[in-house]
Amino acid sequence: MMQAMTQDTKPSITPLVSLEGITKIFPGVVANDDVSLEIRGGEVHALLGENGAGKTSLMNVLYGIYQPDGGAIRVAGNVVKIRSPQDAMRLGIGLVAQHPMLVRQHTVAENIALAVKTSFWNPTRHLEAKILALGEKYGLKVEPKAKVWQLSAGEQQRVEILKALIRGAKVLILDEPTSVLTPQEATDLFKVLNRMKLEGEGVIIITHKLDEVMAVSSRITVLRKGRVVGAMKTSSTNKNDLATLMVGREVPQVRSSGVTKLGEGVLKLEQVNVAGDRGVNVVKNLSLEIRGGEVLGVAGVAGNGQRELVEAITGLRGVSSGSVKIGGTDLTNKNAKTITDAGVAHIPEDRLHMGVVGSLSVAENLALRGFERTPFANGELLDFKAMENFALSSIKTYEVSTPGIHTRTRLLSGGNIQKLIFARELAENPKLIIASHPTYGLDAGATAQVQNVLLERARAGAGVMLVSEDLEEVLALSDRIAVMFAGEIMGVVPRDIATVEELGLMMAGQRQKQVNA
Amino acid sequence: MDNIILSTAARALAFGTPLMLGSLGAVYAERAGVVNLGMEGMMILGALAGFAITKNTGSPLEGILIAALVGGLAASIHAFISITLKANQYVSGLALSMFGLGLSSLLGKPFEGLPLFTQLENVSIPGLSSIPGLGVFFTDQSPLSYFALVLGVVLWLVLFRSKLGVVIRSTGENPSAVDALGGNVTLVRYACVIFGGMLAGMAGAFLSVAYRPAWTEGLTGGIGWIALSIAIFAAWNPLGAIGGSLFFGALYSLSFSKLQESISPSLLKMMPFICVLLALSLNALRKNSRSNVPEALGLPYQRGQR
Amino acid sequence: MSLDTATAPIKRSNARQWGPFNIETRETPPQSWLFTLSMLSVLATLILTGVIFALYGQNPITAYVTLAQGTLGDLSSLGVVLQRAIPLMLIGVGLVVAFRAQFFNIGAEGQLLAGAVGASAVALFFPNFGFLEIPVMFIVAFICGAVWGFIPAILKLKLEINEVISTLMMNYIAISIVEWLVNGPWKGKNQVGYSYTDTFPDAAWIPKISSSTVHYPTLIVALALVALVAFVIARTRLGFRMRILGENPVAAKYVGINTLSTTLAVVMLSAGAAGIAGAGEVGAIHHKLLDPAQISLGYGYTAIIVAWLARGNPISVIFTAIFLGVVFAAGDVMKVSLQMPAQTTNVINGLLLFFLISTEPLVKLKISLARGT
Repeated sequence: MMQAMTQDTKPSITPLVSLEGITKIFPGVVANDDVSLEIRGGEVHALLGENGAGKTSLMNVLYGIYQPDGGAIRVAGNVVKIRSPQDAMRLGIGLVAQHPMLVRQHTVAENIALAVKTSFWNPTRHLEAKILALGEKYGLKVEPKAKVWQLSAGEQQRVEILKALIRGAKVLILDEPTSVLTPQEATDLFKVLNRMKLEGEGVIIITHKLDEVMAVSSRITVLRKGRVVGAMKTSSTNKNDLATLMVGREVPQVRSSGVTKLGEGVLKLEQVNVAGDRGVNVVKNLSLEIRGGEVLGVAGVAGNGQRELVEAITGLRGVSSGSVKIGGTDLTNKNAKTITDAGVAHIPEDRLHMGVVGSLSVAENLALRGFERTPFANGELLDFKAMENFALSSIKTYEVSTPGIHTRTRLLSGGNIQKLIFARELAENPKLIIASHPTYGLDAGATAQVQNVLLERARAGAGVMLVSEDLEEVLALSDRIAVMFAGEIMGVVPRDIATVEELGLMMAGQRQKQVNA
Repeated sequence: MDNIILSTAARALAFGTPLMLGSLGAVYAERAGVVNLGMEGMMILGALAGFAITKNTGSPLEGILIAALVGGLAASIHAFISITLKANQYVSGLALSMFGLGLSSLLGKPFEGLPLFTQLENVSIPGLSSIPGLGVFFTDQSPLSYFALVLGVVLWLVLFRSKLGVVIRSTGENPSAVDALGGNVTLVRYACVIFGGMLAGMAGAFLSVAYRPAWTEGLTGGIGWIALSIAIFAAWNPLGAIGGSLFFGALYSLSFSKLQESISPSLLKMMPFICVLLALSLNALRKNSRSNVPEALGLPYQRGQR
Repeated sequence: MSLDTATAPIKRSNARQWGPFNIETRETPPQSWLFTLSMLSVLATLILTGVIFALYGQNPITAYVTLAQGTLGDLSSLGVVLQRAIPLMLIGVGLVVAFRAQFFNIGAEGQLLAGAVGASAVALFFPNFGFLEIPVMFIVAFICGAVWGFIPAILKLKLEINEVISTLMMNYIAISIVEWLVNGPWKGKNQVGYSYTDTFPDAAWIPKISSSTVHYPTLIVALALVALVAFVIARTRLGFRMRILGENPVAAKYVGINTLSTTLAVVMLSAGAAGIAGAGEVGAIHHKLLDPAQISLGYGYTAIIVAWLARGNPISVIFTAIFLGVVFAAGDVMKVSLQMPAQTTNVINGLLLFFLISTEPLVKLKISLARGT
């Protein structure tokens, strides 16, 4: 493996950072097994792998959060011990985490003041000019006086990058940097990375998205189950080969339901306005219809009102005006129970904190929806036998692997918790399925299973609303794609004629007709 | 009429001093993300310590300093349990209040009813005291009252205009961000909680050494809880805490003056507590009232969890 | 449909060695381990309290012997323990439910006083219910306590006002109201110079087991409440709703549980139980309404520890209430035999609570001797 890499190295250049045979073992799991890679100045190095392949753990070793159990790290040729993130930063290694580590209530300048040495009084005084200057140099525009919570995800990411650069990072690690960006914002980010490349900095980008690997990286290291399974120049490979390397087998192909004869309308939203946590409307005059048998994908960058829209439909949040009709019945501002009883299933975004009660058993969680009525309840008394029977059949049908039905649910893995939620939500043959980020964080196998279940249900006549930030997934599963921006629908495009470019522009706030014009 | 207003204002400062010290302490602890319901306990331990030391040494200043130390020491128990052991902050603070009330009545028994010959004398500030209207605030007041007023301004400057303030506020909002940048969340939280405890101890000493120089069991009578509440509806702003404390000081002074002739003292005694509930309710009804709450308030910080 | 291979059924274990011990975390600690931790807390508290005794000039050993004899030595002292345990049991079982529903009710003291006022009102102004007099007192006391708990509950549910602060404020308000009543409008005509109401008529005297202070009707109500609560939590839909709400309020909202009504029901049950305790105190012990500090002696605060020690299990409250009944009775002994203020029990309470929450991080640990190396 090392040989393969040294072939690409120009001998005159010492790598900025090299990881040599890094091994990191957690009890019961080898997260990294003899992993080696180099980052040179002026290159973007992609670290590619599925969820759980060991990418993040490897970077945590480099960033001083974990200590390796074997192997060595060199910075500018010298072997170093990195005991903490502070050590890493001192050595010129910066990390832009997947979720920004910013103080939301504070201004950009205050956040950066926290990161660097400043005067005691008035710490942000000289920083503002510096932020603007550095922003100019790398194309990272942000307003130093803006509060972080007012910024978009893309802007927050720029603040994180600025923070690292201001601290003098020579090697920048970006963890899944495009997961919160529109395709256009991602392109902007890639421009920034290219500028950094030209300045002689090294960039590591952790990702599982093949498109962006091909678009931005110079070299690629592929991890699978903690091992390096491939290392190559980007110019010498292609998406298919990378996909096979990454997953280790054929990637299951999932296609849209293909249903042509649509059923009745199952969901009709008319002029819906929904207030967000801060009291202002974050869903604005939104109208939408879903019919039985179709999958409507809702695409958009996180935080554009998708969560509030889902909560409004499923009865978790009030609608300030407009109407929500489910199967022809007006159920505006009814509570979650009434909505469920009307035949709506809700696969929640936060499956651990909303979808299950971790301290209750698998059987109890499977009865979470139905415990108020027969067969789980007999008058005011609960019928545990009925719950157990239902649990046994559910874990079989949905292949939930659990030691038993009385196991506490929080002990299950994410994929199995998601299957449990599907088993419960789909038990009563709902006519409308609202699925929020149903495959987020799952591995390829569980992802395929979840996606197939959704398509089967659509074929069987249910309407499905699929909310996802993963454009690839939306494109693969949906019959129509609606794009949300700032609480409004920018347009609804049939899948067959949708293009990533068009969807991307809509995700950035252009209306459909403007796109077409 | 003018007289009543002025005398109420003047006494509002005296009644408000323990509230100011206590709520300023609570503001700092909570800005760093730690709720300390031990306020009442720290205050009463400070009151006893202040009284006992002043009684023995004859020096009110020493009494007040030791009271601050005792308050800080009591706070460090809470700090250890809630920060290091990451236990439930609410229960820990409550336990501290119980413990403080119990310990003070146990240790304070020999001091019950004793007079204090060397109390902290009131002073007037030349010049300032002759300003019309505002002068009452600088005439014949306790040095601790002046200290509390100045301290409030200084603490506001530190919190909102200094690097230290950025660090403290960030620790209460998003400790992971501070930790990720090499800041010491534990140290900041310990320091703020102990600082808060020291102020609470001084507040107690004000009651037993300056305001009404005597020791009685349970003499704080709920002032600690009111100080805590003031921090909340002052939106954790030191200047707001001063304003709120003066308001409640005025309430107290009203309830102990003219009204006592017409309304039963028991009913007047509950006025501040009802006002706290009203103030909290009005505050909650205000738009954006939630936006000032430090986001990590009450949550133990554990690396790797958000 | 392929079963995902990478998804292990169970998250990985996390054993690590520390000196000669193996330390693992586990999600379901056995009851025996919880009990051990509770006992360790009690032991640590006793040791520290012993230190305080020593500092106070008492030999800790003899002090403990005196306390043990004074609380457990004979039938009449055991009676006192049981008498103290009655309000603690009533309040404690209510708090178990309230804490499980994430409502941190510190206001039992005030709710008890509200109940005492309600019971006194019945006894003083409606003395003609005959054999129903005492049941009516209990019911009115329950309602008064529940109303006193309703206010902070609704403030929390509607305005997100922290219930610890609001319930405490309600305590102080209740104290002032009782003071006002016994000094003003309800001051007894026959109680010259004292802040008492008139003595209750005979029909309003809650009976006691002969020659003891154990008022058995209240005890029966307390035990019945424990049984009822245990049954509701384990077997009924309401109980399941409470468990979901207590363990994960977000999930409760997700499945459409009415948070408002469930929490209100729980808080009012808890506050009402404290109200009944108040009826027991004035109806059986004092036979009049009097100075609030004499009615309650801090049952509301001590019951927090009763509930905490019971670790969410209503049945355990019977035992933890008796245990803290001993502590309470020890307070009396301290005053009489050791010349220490009864408030010393507050020191014990505070320390015990400190230790109980300090051992909380240990709850999920499994510590065993390492075999080999």
